[in-house]
Amino acid sequence: MLELIVISTLNGVLFGMLLFLLSSGLTVIFSMMGVLNFAHASFYMLGAFFGYQLTRWIGFWPALIIAPLLVGVVGMAVERYGLRATHKHGHVAELLLTFGLAFAIEEIVSMIWGKSPMDYRVPALLDFPAFTIFSTNYPAYKLFMLTVSVLIFLALLVVLKRTRIGLIVQAALTHPNMVAHLGHNVGRIFMLVFGVGSALAGVAGVIAGPALVTQSDMAALLGPILFVVIVFGGLGSLPGAFIASLVIGLVQTFAVALNGSLASAFGPLDPSLGPSVLSDIWNVTIAQIAPILPYVLLVLILIVRPLGLMGTRET
Amino acid sequence: MSDTATSAVDIKAQSRGQNLRFYGIWVIAAIVLIVLPMIFSSGGSLTSFSLIGISIIFALSYNILLGQTGLLSFGHAVHYGLGGFLAIHAMNAVIARGWSIPLPLIPLVGGVGGLAIAIVVGWVITKRAGTVFAMISLGIGELVASSSLILRSVFGGESGVTTNRTDLPQVFGWNFGPQIQIYYLIAFWLMISAIAMYALTRTPLGRICNAVRDNPERVEFIGYDPHVVRYLAYCFAGFFAGIAGGLSAINFEIANSAYLGAVQSGIVLFATFIGGTAYFFGPILGAILVTYLQLGLTSVTTVWQLYFGVIFIGIVMFAPGGIAGLLMMHRPLVRAGSLGLMIPAYLIALVPTVALACGVILAIEIIARQHLPADAQIINLLGIPFSATSPATWLTSVILIVGGYFVARLTWQRIADAWDRATTIARDRGYLA
Repeated sequence: MLELIVISTLNGVLFGMLLFLLSSGLTVIFSMMGVLNFAHASFYMLGAFFGYQLTRWIGFWPALIIAPLLVGVVGMAVERYGLRATHKHGHVAELLLTFGLAFAIEEIVSMIWGKSPMDYRVPALLDFPAFTIFSTNYPAYKLFMLTVSVLIFLALLVVLKRTRIGLIVQAALTHPNMVAHLGHNVGRIFMLVFGVGSALAGVAGVIAGPALVTQSDMAALLGPILFVVIVFGGLGSLPGAFIASLVIGLVQTFAVALNGSLASAFGPLDPSLGPSVLSDIWNVTIAQIAPILPYVLLVLILIVRPLGLMGTRET
Repeated sequence: MSDTATSAVDIKAQSRGQNLRFYGIWVIAAIVLIVLPMIFSSGGSLTSFSLIGISIIFALSYNILLGQTGLLSFGHAVHYGLGGFLAIHAMNAVIARGWSIPLPLIPLVGGVGGLAIAIVVGWVITKRAGTVFAMISLGIGELVASSSLILRSVFGGESGVTTNRTDLPQVFGWNFGPQIQIYYLIAFWLMISAIAMYALTRTPLGRICNAVRDNPERVEFIGYDPHVVRYLAYCFAGFFAGIAGGLSAINFEIANSAYLGAVQSGIVLFATFIGGTAYFFGPILGAILVTYLQLGLTSVTTVWQLYFGVIFIGIVMFAPGGIAGLLMMHRPLVRAGSLGLMIPAYLIALVPTVALACGVILAIEIIARQHLPADAQIINLLGIPFSATSPATWLTSVILIVGGYFVARLTWQRIADAWDRATTIARDRGYLA
């Protein structure tokens, strides 16, 4: 049991940090531009596929730098040529544009790389067990992922709290109109923020690709969870997104690791009752309901606190 | 606009004329629905018409949310799917228990299923509008879709639940085995639902929905709760989506978890938005186009979904009013008689634009066919076979895209100029504000 708790906590924090790499970009973009970027998970997928392709061509370490930059450029192009032109039609049109993009990117990726999982391997340098606890080998690559995401988290924190551009971004989180009135080149800041946000998603993709599955449906799988994270944390709140990322990461990881069901806790149902909704619920394991747990959390928080954990803004 | 000396008789005559035109449209629609299978009587076209009819109801129900109330939902298929499942279970129950409920009433059961889930989740989901509503609807959609795989006894797991529509009690000697009878059943429900949904837009509730879409704060000031209005609109949308789901269950005699999924929700959003949300007939156009493309493109290309995405992005960026919006833009010009100015500009622009589109299609198909076996390497475009592997095809594609783009840009400029001239005339003649 202790083994399960330690390993699941490590994995959960790792998944949570990965989610935060994505949700932080999404939150900042949403706060500044009012656009919920539906294609954010698609940028994550692009990061993974670019990372895979570049790893095959020039190796993992250059890919770790170049792939996120490429994704950032794609993101900036989307902002410059797509969103800016759509802005005059309102936020719904912008949301729909990113929705269409997410759809198109998934199709393009599966068109180029096919629909089956890629053979994206952990680099040889990191392909060893870091330590052994309770007879379980913990891979070094996962520690590396954790380190990278924590480093980026710290870097983000420094940039946001200690630099001028961070100051502007922070101001834009709460008072977007005022920032524009103060005469900052809002267009360029938007493009930059969108690019950095996409690049962060790209980093998450490159480092998550070898550990999780690199496949053309990975965006569609992660995207909804990402939205749960930012609605759960409160739209536009970075601390909220951080807490929500960790909560959802831990909840999902623990749920997957647990094999209990009502049947194992209270004994099986009388078989003479036959199959029914009750027997379905009675026999389902916690691991099986893991995929729906984030959505249950979402519904619960909306009933209890409609603005999300730390949310303050109405829209 | 109107002269001061308009007499009461004139107004009466005018309103009678409008009434006649209004009912005329519905009568013509009904006649078209009746006559259509007599002209196109092949099995394939009957199947297509049935699917199109179902998706029209579905898209119209979606437009109650998106167009009328301004609620962007990413989980509308929940109502469609649960309506479908309830209809299937109702049919099986009717067969097993020997109740005397005929098949034509089953879609109503589907509607009740869609309404039931709307009543349950709607109150939470419509608490907030805008982006948050969109996200929650996505979450609820995922929740229901994943739960459907867990509750196997109700949803039948991966394989779904099946039924046999011919075992139900018969009415007027119809056993609803042949597709033509199913087509008329769908056409009947299409007319009923379309009239009901149109009527809904004319009720005070429909009007207050528009107000909630445009200015919820103002609605609160005049004493309505926007949350309640959104909730009611959501329930109506769920009900009609359930009818569409029930019809779909009858049509396929199966309901499975794909009915509830994100793809189904995405397709109805595409259909409604491509058609145009601002006019009642917009979703009808969109549903016809999208279903037709879905059926037509799947046999021609493996990446038909990509074309959907590209068309959708194009509509969002360049014509957010959809096809209906584009058509209605020309209405004042037709009235003012200045549409003639536009036609030459359109015709000239058509050639390079089509060339550009062909270039893009060629490029997409070349990339899409790299993984396919050798016999799929021939791209048939406008009757000309291109080999996906030959450099000549690459070159053609690049020339079409680059050349087409630069020439097309010039002709688009001409359209803009002609548009300015035509609208100026329409404005002078008082047909355009």
